[in-house]
Amino acid sequence: MVLWILLVLAAGAAVYYGIRFEGSLKQRDRHAMIALSAITVVILGVQLYRAELLGEIFIEPFAFMGEAPDLFVQVLWQGFVDGTLYALIALGFVLIFKASGVFNFAQGIMVVFGALSLVGLHAAGVPAWGALVLALVIMGVLAVGVERIVLRPLVNQEPIILFMATIGLWYFLIGFGELIFGGEPKVMITEQLGLPTGRWRFDILGGRVNVNQLDVAAAAIAVLLVTGLGIFFNKTRIGRALRAVADDHQAAMSVGISLNQIWRIVWFAAGIVALATGIMWGAKSDVSFALAIVALKALPVLILGGFTSIPGAIVGGLIIGIGEKMAEFYWGPLVGGSIESWFPYFLALIFLLFRPQGLFGDKIIDRI
Amino acid sequence: MSFKKLALGIGAAGMLASGLFAASTPAQAEDTIYVPLLTYRTGAFAGSGVPIANGLHDYLAMLNERDGGVGGARLIIEECETGYNAQKGVECYESTKGNGAIVYNPFSTGITLQLIPKAPVDEIPILSMGYGLSATAVGETFPWTFNAPATYWSQMSAIITHINEQGDGIAGQKIGFIYLDVGYGREPIDLLDALAADMGFEVVKVPVAVAEMQSQSSHWLQVRRENPDWMIMWGWGAMNPTAIKEAINIDYPMDRFIGVWWSGGDSDLRPAGDDAIGYLSANFHATGTDFPAIQDILTHVVDAGLSQASRESVGENYYNRGLMNSVLIAEGIRTAQELTGKVAITGADMRMGLENMNLSEERLAEIGLAGFTNPITVTCEDHAGAHPIYLQQWNGAGWEAASDWITPMRDRVRPLLEAAAEAYVADKPDWETQSCN
Amino acid sequence: MFYREAGQFKTTYRADQAVFPIRQDLIGIVILMAFLVVVVPLTFNDFWISSVMIPTLIFALAAIGLNILTGFAGQLSLGTGGFMGVGAFACYKLTTIFPEVNIIVHIALSGLFAAGVGFVFGLPSLRVKGFYLAVATLASQFFLEWSFGRIPWLYNYNASGAIEVPNKYLFGIPIAGPTASAEARYLVVLAFVVVLTFVASNLVRGRFGRAWMAVRDMDIAAELIGIRLLPTKLMAFTISSYFAGVAGALMVFMWLGAAEVASFDINVSFQILFMVIIGGLGSIMGAFLGAAFIWNLPILLRGVPKFFGLDINAATVEHIQFMVVGGMIIFFLIVEPSGFARLWQITKEKLRRWPFPY
Repeated sequence: MVLWILLVLAAGAAVYYGIRFEGSLKQRDRHAMIALSAITVVILGVQLYRAELLGEIFIEPFAFMGEAPDLFVQVLWQGFVDGTLYALIALGFVLIFKASGVFNFAQGIMVVFGALSLVGLHAAGVPAWGALVLALVIMGVLAVGVERIVLRPLVNQEPIILFMATIGLWYFLIGFGELIFGGEPKVMITEQLGLPTGRWRFDILGGRVNVNQLDVAAAAIAVLLVTGLGIFFNKTRIGRALRAVADDHQAAMSVGISLNQIWRIVWFAAGIVALATGIMWGAKSDVSFALAIVALKALPVLILGGFTSIPGAIVGGLIIGIGEKMAEFYWGPLVGGSIESWFPYFLALIFLLFRPQGLFGDKIIDRI
Repeated sequence: MSFKKLALGIGAAGMLASGLFAASTPAQAEDTIYVPLLTYRTGAFAGSGVPIANGLHDYLAMLNERDGGVGGARLIIEECETGYNAQKGVECYESTKGNGAIVYNPFSTGITLQLIPKAPVDEIPILSMGYGLSATAVGETFPWTFNAPATYWSQMSAIITHINEQGDGIAGQKIGFIYLDVGYGREPIDLLDALAADMGFEVVKVPVAVAEMQSQSSHWLQVRRENPDWMIMWGWGAMNPTAIKEAINIDYPMDRFIGVWWSGGDSDLRPAGDDAIGYLSANFHATGTDFPAIQDILTHVVDAGLSQASRESVGENYYNRGLMNSVLIAEGIRTAQELTGKVAITGADMRMGLENMNLSEERLAEIGLAGFTNPITVTCEDHAGAHPIYLQQWNGAGWEAASDWITPMRDRVRPLLEAAAEAYVADKPDWETQSCN
Repeated sequence: MFYREAGQFKTTYRADQAVFPIRQDLIGIVILMAFLVVVVPLTFNDFWISSVMIPTLIFALAAIGLNILTGFAGQLSLGTGGFMGVGAFACYKLTTIFPEVNIIVHIALSGLFAAGVGFVFGLPSLRVKGFYLAVATLASQFFLEWSFGRIPWLYNYNASGAIEVPNKYLFGIPIAGPTASAEARYLVVLAFVVVLTFVASNLVRGRFGRAWMAVRDMDIAAELIGIRLLPTKLMAFTISSYFAGVAGALMVFMWLGAAEVASFDINVSFQILFMVIIGGLGSIMGAFLGAAFIWNLPILLRGVPKFFGLDINAATVEHIQFMVVGGMIIFFLIVEPSGFARLWQITKEKLRRWPFPY
């Protein structure tokens, strides 16, 4: 089965290159490639037909969607919920990438670190809202520290060097967080923060759809954050300065915008987004560094949405979230399940082959 | 950085390295026993690893404080952090085995698998208490590996027995099996399939990849779609609390959800709190602190500030699990000392000690743990022993026993274990076995 | 004083283009090889050989592979762990299908399977560049990880999904499996690494290497001077994956002795990327220095408290170790973004003038 999937991918890629890259391939190579891929597709189709899998792949999942509409809605909702959280992590990436060109790999760790500070402070006896304020202060200190210690000395380096530095930051924050707050997972202080913990149950569509109030709150907070950031970027002086920096560092500097200050602000903004994400995801399971693995899912979201687009992060997050849940739920069992771990990357890759800069990213123009 | 400073730095690092080189083989004094503990207090599995590490450490430390060690030999306890990572585990093994280690307890099926072939070569036994490769219960084939009190297969058979005894029996029912998609989670599948064919029930398998541990909504929707009569979970680390929360989300009845004994940590259940009341988990020892030995730990170790555990966490399920492992280590040492007459024993002696261990009810009372677990005996043929287990139930704040002792289906499991052991050595022509007569 | 090339005149182009044109370098490498081949197996203890030397060499090999792709051809990849896994599983299957063939041959062949997979996953590289490509390579990483767990044929239907290494012999001496001595395994690894390093260093000096570097520096310009992008990039992916595959096979057969899917997870890919960047992008020497640094720093740090007689618990050491590794990475990037390879070059420059710098 898996070999077949590989074959399909290879064939698809070959067809695509054959058709798209007439310029960089010799005519003969191109024809060979098209012929090869056509043969693969035919063999594959025959094989699938003989194994009677065509129906299972192309008909039954859709039939099942119609049979159990309540489950279909539930899958969509779960995808939407997870997608919101992916989108929030991706949003943190985008903020930083836009303003400083740094691909901040440590965003996922910042999510955990923020949540961990909040819970750790609460465990140390600080009341919930005080802990929230202090956690924000910690994220602010982190932003200033990162700008001062990591970014400023590395200014003008290659993007890959800055990317590496954020991986260094990733390691540092894991060690630092665990050293201070301990490695064992913590329970998120959901109720103390005033977040709802209940559940709605809708008996509709001939079945039931369960909706966690917390997930609704998460979506609401995500909307608030995005709107807030949108207003901040478009209506305030700092926001405009920020967009100027994103557009052109040198031009921004020449009109008197302080790069260092802007970097501090975007890292702080990314820190706030991280903290909000950490609270939400922490409430869904628990607060531990294992969450950082989930945060990697923000990467296909980024590819899909483009590295520089805030709406892209949101739309990308929702596409990935819903796409992976649908794929896992309806098609996963055909190949042994757990395809969620790689499916988003493939989805993103397919998009990428047609739009290398993502759905909303700036067009890449190569010049010599 | 100037070139000189760099050179100085390199020089200093070199000296340090050479110092380590010299320090890595210290002479072993006459009356000490070196017990390395492969633990993990960091990483994605720390949630399960921390209480176990505390229990492991504290019982041995208590023996040192109270009795001056075991049989007159002071224990040198050294923790090595593995992070549940097989490479780091092997590195820990390599770096500690030269110090005269007498036994290893990897607390990871992945690390256990790597160490099994090394054990006979280095002559250091492995004690994988209730985890690891089930087939290593066959003592003839695996002289150096122990997995008392029961293998995963025994445990699975006991859980199935329990389900079979409820209501109309298991025949015709649908059993869901959700598991962490690593060696550990896949271990009981062979047995589950065999039993399903025998007893006429259906199995639905739901694997959870490590990367998906904290994002299981689609897995549980799968469960909702299949709607199994019972759920069995083989989870670990961050997978457990997430799975329990998601099970609540789909309204799965908690009293039909049974976890392996590694899916029953207090920290796994606490995030779900009262919603998880009724959740079942297998176990082979008691929880709580109402035992003289645990009271001794509280006075000699925890209150003396020698432990990393907080006072409240003593007596939690996983704390007692670690403690149980240390009891087996200590009893193994004591048996070995009795058999050989030596005080400072070697790994080979320890193997003999573990193989002849008899943790009877009297012995348990003597060490201050009366009723802590069912009596445990290990024999040359059977390194696990298929000891009875019981199910415990979450009451919102702690665990309560929810069943009697359930005896695993030894007659059914043992032939399968022997077949698996044979398959393991099939492609290893010079594998060392022992004869048990 | 000792490291001076004055007076060494080249009379042929051949001599001028030798791998080690300076006589002292040649002497140095001979001494180093003598040390590695003779002194290390005879004097180092088991721990040093099997937990320091063997992993360092194996990771160095993987790092050379990634360096070909990232450092020379400029294609950022986060999928090295997956390709190492392909090599390891291929080698395991080969040993069970053809048990009579020598393990050395199996290891060398297993790289070819990894190369094939690398070729397929290299296809998107023509369309996708930079960080987008890095994320695309994550697709291969996660997909391969998943397939190692999902295709039971790969691990011979083993109940726990792990692969184990049986005893394997060369001239009657066990070189793999539990009874193989650390020294024997070390020498096999060393032989592989030396041969493949030689191949790699000649590849990057030759036509392929030049084409890769041209693509790295500016692909459109490279295309204009007649370099065909697709074959060049695919060649880099293929060769790089071959190295990773051999490293993966060595890792399981010569070092760990058993492996499961988790041995090839995303963290391995990151670790090797660290080695390449800390060591120096586009430098074979850097791969060795980076591997030695990243692999041995934690071991060294773990020994520090013991060395000073401090009693710090293992978990705290681990946390501090994370912080130090993270801090060191940032520190080295700030001090020398071109990595250890550049520091090595500076050292050589200084040595040339020593003791009379100007």
